[in-house]
Amino acid sequence: MATERIETLLRSAFPDANELRVEDRTGGGDHFQVTVASSRFAGLTLLDQHRLVNEALAEPLRDGTIHELRIKTREAQG
Amino acid sequence: MSELSDRIKDVIEREPVALFMKGTPQFVMCGNSDRALRALREAGAPVTAVDILPDPAIRHELSALSGWPTIPQVFVGGELVGGADIVQELAETGELAGILEQRLGGGYRDDAEERVVDVLVPAQR
Repeated sequence: MATERIETLLRSAFPDANELRVEDRTGGGDHFQVTVASSRFAGLTLLDQHRLVNEALAEPLRDGTIHELRIKTREAQG
Repeated sequence: MSELSDRIKDVIEREPVALFMKGTPQFVMCGNSDRALRALREAGAPVTAVDILPDPAIRHELSALSGWPTIPQVFVGGELVGGADIVQELAETGELAGILEQRLGGGYRDDAEERVVDVLVPAQR
């Protein structure tokens, strides 16, 4: 399932994440909300934080698995 | 570089605020484009919109230029600000107005007129 694939990709990109959630927003398996709290975001602008998430999900974004993606990033506290 | 790519680049560089979206401000075709448009309107931004739906090549060339995979994409003063989530978050914290002011000058609200440009035809100058 797409949800698990996305979660696996995010987990390997952000192994330290203390919050990592993937929600299927519509139940249709292609509109997702992802939430990631990671120390990798430290000192980065929102734009660069979202870039990291987009990079981690480049393949499902390119192949159409993800039709719509909402991203919420947070800098993990120590 | 294709002609289309050049025209997209031209819009990004020339327009104070460029919004690449699905549909037009009068007929928005996607919830995320709508969120970005609303955030920009609330901040009083002079929005120049480009509908990416008429030709898949627009989105392809745009993402190649910006390195950003999804739609919408918002540029202020020639620089990518982000997609719907970022623009909405920046609007909520009040930072969006700061970015607009910093990149466009304090009077940016004065000519806050919405325009639509078509990148599939040569620019009317």
